Amino acid sequence: MIHSLFLVNASGDIFLEKHWKSVVSRSVCDYFFEALERATEPENVPPVIPTPHHYLINVLRHRIYFVAVIQSEVPPLFVIEFLHRVVDTFQDYFGVCTEAAIKDNVVVVYELLEEMLDNGFPLATESNILKELIKPPTILRTVVNTITGSTNVGEQLPTGQLSVVPWRRTGVKYTNNEAYFDVIEEIDAIIDKSGSTITAEIQGVIDACVKLTGMPDLTLSFMNPRLLDDVSFHPCVRFKRWEAERILSFIPPDGNFRLLSYHVSSQNLVAIPVYVKHNISFREGSSQGRFELTLGPKQTMGKAVESVLVSSQLPRGVLNANLNPSQGTYTFDPVTKLLSWDVGKINPQKLPSLKGSMSLQAGASKPDENPTINIQFKIQQLAISGLKVNRLDMYGEKYKPFKGIKYMTKAGKFQVRT
Amino acid sequence: DSPKNKNSMIARGKNASDLFPAVVKNVACKNIEVKKLVYVYLVRYAEEQQDLALLSISTFQRGLKDPNQLIRASALRVLSSIRVTIIVPIMMLAIKEAASDMSPYVRKTAAHAIPKLHSLDPEQKDQLIEVIEKLLADKTTLVAGSVVMAFEEVCPDRIDLIHKNYRKLCNLLIDVEEWGQVVIINMLTRYARTQFLNPNVNESLLEENSEKAFYASDDEEEEDKKAEPATLAKRKPYVMDPDHRLLLRNTKPLLQSRNAAVVMAVAQLYFHLAPKAEVGIIAKALVRLMRSHSEVQYVVLQNVATMSIKRRGMFEPYLKSFYIRSTDPTQIKVLKLEVLTNLANETNISTILREFQTYIKSMDKDFVAASIQAIGRCATNIGEVRDTCLNGLVQLLSNRDELVVAESVVVIKKLLQMQPEQHSDIIKHMAKLIDNIQVPMARASILWLIGEYCEHVPKIAPDVLRKMAKSFTNEEDIVKLQIINLAAKLYLTNSKQSKLLTQYVLNLAKYDQNYDIRDRARFIRQLIVPTDKSGALSKYAKKLFLALKPAPVLESPFKDRDHFQLGSLSHLLNAKAAGYQELPNWPESAPDPSVRNVEVITLLERVTTLTSIPDWSKCSSRKDRKEKKVEKPFYSDSEGESGPTESADSGNCGGGKEKKEEAGQDQSKEASRGECREVEQSSSAEDRKRGRKAVKNQKSASESESESESSESEEESEEESEEESESDTNVRKKKTPVLKQPPKQSKKESKKETQEMSLLDLDDYEPAPASASVTPVNFLSSSLVSDLEGLSLTDTILAPTTLAPSGSIKMYELLHRIKGEGLAVEYCFSRQPFSPEPNMVAVQIQFTNNTNSETKNLHIEDPRLQSGMRIREFAEIDVLAAGESVTVVMGIDFCDSTQAANFQLCTHTRKFFVSIQPPVGELMTPAFLTENDFKKEQGERTSALSRFNTHSCPSDCSFSSKHLSFFSFYVAVSL
Repeated sequence: MIHSLFLVNASGDIFLEKHWKSVVSRSVCDYFFEALERATEPENVPPVIPTPHHYLINVLRHRIYFVAVIQSEVPPLFVIEFLHRVVDTFQDYFGVCTEAAIKDNVVVVYELLEEMLDNGFPLATESNILKELIKPPTILRTVVNTITGSTNVGEQLPTGQLSVVPWRRTGVKYTNNEAYFDVIEEIDAIIDKSGSTITAEIQGVIDACVKLTGMPDLTLSFMNPRLLDDVSFHPCVRFKRWEAERILSFIPPDGNFRLLSYHVSSQNLVAIPVYVKHNISFREGSSQGRFELTLGPKQTMGKAVESVLVSSQLPRGVLNANLNPSQGTYTFDPVTKLLSWDVGKINPQKLPSLKGSMSLQAGASKPDENPTINIQFKIQQLAISGLKVNRLDMYGEKYKPFKGIKYMTKAGKFQVRT
Repeated sequence: DSPKNKNSMIARGKNASDLFPAVVKNVACKNIEVKKLVYVYLVRYAEEQQDLALLSISTFQRGLKDPNQLIRASALRVLSSIRVTIIVPIMMLAIKEAASDMSPYVRKTAAHAIPKLHSLDPEQKDQLIEVIEKLLADKTTLVAGSVVMAFEEVCPDRIDLIHKNYRKLCNLLIDVEEWGQVVIINMLTRYARTQFLNPNVNESLLEENSEKAFYASDDEEEEDKKAEPATLAKRKPYVMDPDHRLLLRNTKPLLQSRNAAVVMAVAQLYFHLAPKAEVGIIAKALVRLMRSHSEVQYVVLQNVATMSIKRRGMFEPYLKSFYIRSTDPTQIKVLKLEVLTNLANETNISTILREFQTYIKSMDKDFVAASIQAIGRCATNIGEVRDTCLNGLVQLLSNRDELVVAESVVVIKKLLQMQPEQHSDIIKHMAKLIDNIQVPMARASILWLIGEYCEHVPKIAPDVLRKMAKSFTNEEDIVKLQIINLAAKLYLTNSKQSKLLTQYVLNLAKYDQNYDIRDRARFIRQLIVPTDKSGALSKYAKKLFLALKPAPVLESPFKDRDHFQLGSLSHLLNAKAAGYQELPNWPESAPDPSVRNVEVITLLERVTTLTSIPDWSKCSSRKDRKEKKVEKPFYSDSEGESGPTESADSGNCGGGKEKKEEAGQDQSKEASRGECREVEQSSSAEDRKRGRKAVKNQKSASESESESESSESEEESEEESEEESESDTNVRKKKTPVLKQPPKQSKKESKKETQEMSLLDLDDYEPAPASASVTPVNFLSSSLVSDLEGLSLTDTILAPTTLAPSGSIKMYELLHRIKGEGLAVEYCFSRQPFSPEPNMVAVQIQFTNNTNSETKNLHIEDPRLQSGMRIREFAEIDVLAAGESVTVVMGIDFCDSTQAANFQLCTHTRKFFVSIQPPVGELMTPAFLTENDFKKEQGERTSALSRFNTHSCPSDCSFSSKHLSFFSFYVAVSL
């Protein structure tokens, strides 16, 4: 299946390679570099590149290309999904997944890759099992290791791989038993020129951080499970129970994991929490353009809209922008033509606005494309779909855990066309 | 040098092979990390330094015999990874041994080793297939994925090996790890294609028949007549093989997997195997995947594009999910356009075109070009919008961006070809454009158009040719060819004006560098210019050049891609990848299904571990739900009848009820109404505990009523719409088990009332036999329990609230017949007051002697209790005769905790350790209240918990709430 893996940084250097079968020369990556050159944007490299003898499947994460070399037929999603899992694991281990972090921890990286694939077939991809096999590096451990000469590799043999619940390691112990669940919803929307919604949908996830001793068995129920239209589960969730009773019943993995991701049925009208008034115009003949933008809250269920960030790709003809924000700061990059405005919190009494003029290239004709405005925001303590967790029960263990639920709404791909 | 350094050298791709001997020595090192790193090094360089690698083999051979399964597995893993041909026999032996290892993990490793050995030495194939066959029969989920992977790599054509394991694999599938699932599903798709009949066979036969009728020629007809009965016979109603159904059923839940590859695998399985009506379910899951990383999106969209051609209806509801955002990478945008175009039909075309209009204004020019093409395709496919599209495209001709104009020209050319007569002004407009447009493809398109329709623009065409002749030498090849074409066509239609020009162009072309152009020029000159030698062909020159050309069909590049298995690499590339296994066609007639029969169909134990519901969750809710359906008509009946008395009732719901019940039979239904309201209230108590501190008592009943009803399940609220004032969105399913009880209960009660009123009369109350009097209590406690579920986080097993139709109390087992050597002991919480000690809970214990001899001196000894807990033993039972059973009552003070009471149960011969652990719902103090007391109490209590008292039952229960606690963290989390 997966023959080799090359890690390529943004400047096009291979900085790590790993082979699971016989060695493939790194010259195979030349085909990849060709495709990279052809692509105008870094994300436009085709994920699958055929070469005479191999196929290259790559993913781009954190400005690193993970290029897998394949020799024969394999479902491409299989490889892509695995590569993403590798990145997630690195992130889990090192906090960030950057070239520097990988280079610093090259031994751990190598050990991880060795455990994750055997002969090109995934072996252990659950982070719980991996952590049992290879301890994640911490500052403390690094210090201790250098002094005592001990290692990151787990001393005891991993039993997780053998268990019927492979996602949970055995013998977990905590003094404070806690289980936190974050319900995070993202609104994907396209708003047209006149402010009406073209498409809007809500995608949600429940991320969990469970630190419970032993083998707890949890059930989580919702006040309004019918809202959830399409769901995908962590493998720990008992599917039949969900089908029959709409209850999430599961033995949780230890630590952080994504319990559920869901889609709120499209029949429900999606509340759009912000509105944008805009007036971006260029006059024919003059080298000036006008730019006006006002944000306001709407349908926020009384919650504050925070961390608002507006960005827009201005037409290529724009040389500079001279704008005046009523709050926050804005930046305009004359090279990439990217305008971004960090608004912060929206005060309903005093709506934030950004006004001013843009200067165009002298003599250039009026650009005929309209910039789209991308908006990011956060609303704490609100799940915009109205989803509510009803109860969390624990069975199988005797202690009383501390439990918490947090709700948050974020903008996903939220675009306003002008 | 530490091995770490060496490995970082490997990682960077440097050659560290000269250190090999030094490293291999470390293979026996005790330190696990060093050992592992040495393994990595060894595997990497063994191929280059075979002799030295052999030094390490003995270490692994020793490892293979280790008592620890994990060490055995890792030894096999490394051993099989060393690519040295000399050790093939050793590997073979090791794999064979490991394949029959006790530990499934070692067997899994063996399965992994098979493809390694196969790639090292393909001659071992036959032996390896034997091992695969053996491992395929393995019943553990751990092995299944790996062995199927080995099967796919070594012998994918040996489909016969799967027969016996087919059903097992289907059943195991859901518990196999995700990567294994993908491999198994893909393999099973192929398998099913060879073993089952096409579920859409009837439809495809219909098509076939009509085709046949169309093409049937005279001599074939006779054959056809013979064939017809045969086809008709085949058209007998299609019955799906149960095994085929099994596969579809067992893969369906995997659409909910978090792993995109698994979802895609199931999607392709459904696409290739499911009946048309069922394929639709995959659309939702695929649309969900579009939220994922852009690489995943890319692959999914490719597959959606293929599917949407065949099954357009499937994705139509999700049209908007394919709308394009300016932040999408170009390749995603183009694919989304493709899907949108495929989905376009008469009904949605206007929305799609409006969407396309915004895309044309995008900054991404490649994408704009693709959008224009998409518009062109919509216009050709849907006749109604052709003119609108054409007008829109013509407007684009004045766009400032040349690429946009060029693309529009190309598309307009294709559109015009369909109906050139009406659009000569567009052709004129385009002729003018030739001065400005530089893109060769666009220029060529314009020239072709002018040439083709030179009769529509007789004045302009020669002029264009004149201009082109001037610039001929500087044009691109593709343009030059079209200039020659134009010249030839003009020569034929308008030779007077263009004869010289044509000659000139042909002369220029004669000396062109490109042989194609020289060739074309020579050919055309011979054909059109009349010479004495010119043959018969030149007569037909006009016909040749100006023949009516069929309009081009703008087709999706994804058409017919589905002959590749979807989701495969080959499908993505639209070319056969190495090692691609063709998806076989459906067989004509089904192969013998009995090959899949296994002698003993054993249900796999492992399957249950994940999918089954744990014991404590087996609450009766499902059963109840069914019951509810049955009861519903009755319920709604009572609803209707009790309508007029409603207001009176609601005024004093709980308390007033008893009075009314006494009043007689005709009101019994009314009573039932009241009772069910109470339940509603108790369930509304649950709402309150979520932090709403609503003060509620019976006096404000009208208020509480609306509150309680608003929290009812939907069915309920429909029926009660008459009085429904507000509807809360918080519809909770949870409550249905509570709510469904009343009708049944009241039915029973009303019956009883006819016979024996004393049952409900408080003053006459006597401890009645449990089976009879317990009924109402039981009902109460069931609702209590379900309420309590909401209130307390219990560590214990909640009382399964089984409410069997007979109304009997759940019996718990204290001592099993076998364990107790013939003595079976069961207990239940009779929910009666324990007269000697009011603080104690009455536990009714039933002894049954299943032995052939008497059991003597049954008594309790040596109770071990938590501090504070007390026990009141039952009187010793002297003799229990064989086959007899006896019931006694004992009291336990559980101190409001759910700690178990442990004690020994002694007979004359033996002692048994037993324990009684109370479910929370059983910890009740029965209390007797007169009606007035009850009302008083009710008025006093305002807390949520006091609500439980509103149950008017013979033995009113107050609930000790000491151990119930709840808190809210960030936002109400109810425990």
